Amino acid sequence: MVLTISLVILSLAMLGFLYRVIKGPSVADRVMALDAMGITLAGMVAVVSVLLKTSAFLDVILLIGILAFVGTVAFAKFLERGVVIERERNR
Amino acid sequence: MSTLHWAMVAPFMLALFVPFLYKHVRSIHTGWFILPLPVALFFYFIRYMDIVQQYETVTETVPWIPSLNIHFTAYVDGLSLLFSLLITGIGSLVVLYSIYYLEKEKEKLHHFYVYLLLFMGAMLGVVLSDHLITLYLFWELTSISSFLLIAYWYKRERSRYGAKKSMLITMFGGLLMLGGFLALSVMGDTYSIRELLAHSSTFVNEPLFSVALLLILLGAFTKSAQFPFYIWLPDAMEAPTPVSAYLHSATMVKAGIYLVARLTPIFALSPLWIWLVGGTGIVTLFWASFLASRQTDLKGILAYSTVSQLGLIMSLLGIGALAFHYNFAENIFIVATLAAVFHLFNHATFKGSLFMVVGIVDHETGTRDIRRLGGLMTVMPMTFTIALIGSLSMAGLPPFNGFLSKEMFFTAMLRVLEADIFSLETWGILFPVLAWCGSVFTFLYSFLLISKTFLGEYRPERLEKEAHEAPVGMLLAPMLLALLVIVIGFVPNILSDTVLAPAVYAVLNGLFKPGEGVDVHIAHWHGWTPEVFMTLGVIAVGTVVYKTFPKWNGVYRRLPERLSLNHLYNRLLEWMEKGSFALNERYMTGSVRTYLIYIFTAIIALLSVSIVLKGQWNIEISRFAPVGIYEIVLAVVIVAGALTTLVSKSRLTSIIALGSVGYTVALFFVLFRAPDLALTQLVIETISVALFLLCFYHLPKLRDHGKGYSFKLTNAIISIAVGVVVSTIAFLSHAYKPFESISQYYVENTYEKAAGKNMVNVILVDFRGFDTLFEICVLAIAALGIYGMIKLRMTKEEKLEK
Repeated sequence: MVLTISLVILSLAMLGFLYRVIKGPSVADRVMALDAMGITLAGMVAVVSVLLKTSAFLDVILLIGILAFVGTVAFAKFLERGVVIERERNR
Repeated sequence: MSTLHWAMVAPFMLALFVPFLYKHVRSIHTGWFILPLPVALFFYFIRYMDIVQQYETVTETVPWIPSLNIHFTAYVDGLSLLFSLLITGIGSLVVLYSIYYLEKEKEKLHHFYVYLLLFMGAMLGVVLSDHLITLYLFWELTSISSFLLIAYWYKRERSRYGAKKSMLITMFGGLLMLGGFLALSVMGDTYSIRELLAHSSTFVNEPLFSVALLLILLGAFTKSAQFPFYIWLPDAMEAPTPVSAYLHSATMVKAGIYLVARLTPIFALSPLWIWLVGGTGIVTLFWASFLASRQTDLKGILAYSTVSQLGLIMSLLGIGALAFHYNFAENIFIVATLAAVFHLFNHATFKGSLFMVVGIVDHETGTRDIRRLGGLMTVMPMTFTIALIGSLSMAGLPPFNGFLSKEMFFTAMLRVLEADIFSLETWGILFPVLAWCGSVFTFLYSFLLISKTFLGEYRPERLEKEAHEAPVGMLLAPMLLALLVIVIGFVPNILSDTVLAPAVYAVLNGLFKPGEGVDVHIAHWHGWTPEVFMTLGVIAVGTVVYKTFPKWNGVYRRLPERLSLNHLYNRLLEWMEKGSFALNERYMTGSVRTYLIYIFTAIIALLSVSIVLKGQWNIEISRFAPVGIYEIVLAVVIVAGALTTLVSKSRLTSIIALGSVGYTVALFFVLFRAPDLALTQLVIETISVALFLLCFYHLPKLRDHGKGYSFKLTNAIISIAVGVVVSTIAFLSHAYKPFESISQYYVENTYEKAAGKNMVNVILVDFRGFDTLFEICVLAIAALGIYGMIKLRMTKEEKLEK
């Protein structure tokens, strides 16, 4: 029961973040919200794993952590520089 | 292979060697190498006369595709022998004539003789084949070789036009005829004409009977230039004159006649056949003889005259089919068939000679226009004599052979009045009336042909060359034909027992009792019969019409060009070209959006129709799993993400919203216990979002397209419809599970047989590893493709820099 409640709360948080993603107003807001969504996602997966009584999804939690980081960095770099991967200058 | 088969394929085999002969023996006219073959074949076929005379037949079979019951069966009876003799006999004369007609230096002789030999072999194949499919094969070969021969002078625009026209019309008919043949073979359960004839009496009530009849007749009418398909024949006159003489008077245009004659026993019991064959023939006879008189080109006159004479033969065959309906001792309709066969032969002789004469006139004066010709009688006496014989025979005057067959034609047409079936007793009067009127016009144009060319005053200044008599070699072939015209005119019964009687016997197959022959007696004088008065009437009225021709020929100018069949044909082609072009222009817009609309509309239409027609509406709710709160929340999130993607005004928002949809899908995978899928989905989603961002910089701003309300409405309707249809199908198919899943096997054997605990991975690499291999391939191709695209562009830039 506790688990269900926490899952619902996490989902509501997700909806809140989603509202931010949709609403904006700036791109940075959206990226932040997306990053937070990723972490919430990791939390949800953890709770669901407990609910389902399985350890099969621990990898997923780790992966979300990495991807959220990588994705946010990519976005940040894109917003800062305009490109994600820069070309080497002296080639 | 029997000798008969060798005789059939000999022209094709000789055709192979013609180019070598032409290249290596330049000093001798190539035609001399060709000439021995038709002559030898002619004498070879003469030998069959003895057999055929006894009403016996010869059948030789060589299997071609035995598993499909297709054989190369040759069959000789009276009818095919008559045609074979015409083909090889006139073929020999035409080759002889062409040797003098075509110049060795100027013309591409190897082309000409290859085409001509192809045609000769094909035509022999048509008349000797017993098998419907091989008959069709040779039939198409005659169309193709005729196409090649008409366009022999392919640098002339008119030649190409005529060749195309004849190709389109005869191919159209040929294909329909193939359909008729197939229907016929379905009815009779055999391809063999002989076997079809043997149990033809059972066909009348078959549902396919009328279909087969109509399709086969269309094939025969297009080939034999019957109304309204005669229009290709006058345009085929652009061919060299030997070709016109051979193909377009004596042989190919008679292939349709042959077909009708050959299949008469099968279809004769149908009133449709008698009315179509007889009626079309008589209308063609009248209409073409009427049009022939207005032509100013000599070959034009002869072309329309050929059409008209073919109509005559066709109408006789139609009336001859009446013989199958009466079974009394004095069967009065047999004479119609006899007249058809006799006139078929006569027409080949006099029309062949007339064409050759016209070719000579053209060759020696440089023109075929009767408005420029005249007075050639004293300049070209030999040519004039031959032309006179041919024309008088064509007009049906005694003592030439045309008179005999025309007399029999009148007899047959008058006897139609005695028929009391198929409303022939009332409408049948059209036959003698049209026949008589047509004969008057035939008389008219035959005399115009002679008088405009050879009589009157000689005006050399109008001619391109100094006119003079043709060389003997050129005159030889028409002389032989004219001689035949006279000989048959005087001794008509020379052919009756050997050729004509067996041919009639073959056309009216099954009508005669075994051992009983056909009584053929042709004579000039029957006494004061109605036919004689009709002929006298033709001569009298014809003379009057001829004398007053300049006064009334303005009537031809009153015939509106817009209503002519040629005009119709040209407009039809134009209309089809323009129509299909406009259609293409209209629906192939070049816009991907339009094509997607087509595709999605088709999907919606096909699926919704099949759902409505075949739908299983008994949905079992018991199969559905209970819905939890998590699924509902996730569904709300995913719908919100998808809607954001749709309505957002900036591209970045769309990309991010799409990413959120992807991650939520991953969460669904978690919820539905698919860890591997969740892992992969997360990584792939991240990479693809990153790729979108990579492209983002180069993409234009997301625009409203400015297309307005209806544009969006169409999109909305189609997308909603697709969603509804696909959802419905998913819903229905989930409810309908006729058997259990096979996954139990995997559950039991993943560890037992494949030594793994992760079932998804074992399926991917062990149970169904092949799919994985090729998905790896897909990824490799995609990677190489991207690399290639980028690299190639780079090298281009480098090139530009240089």
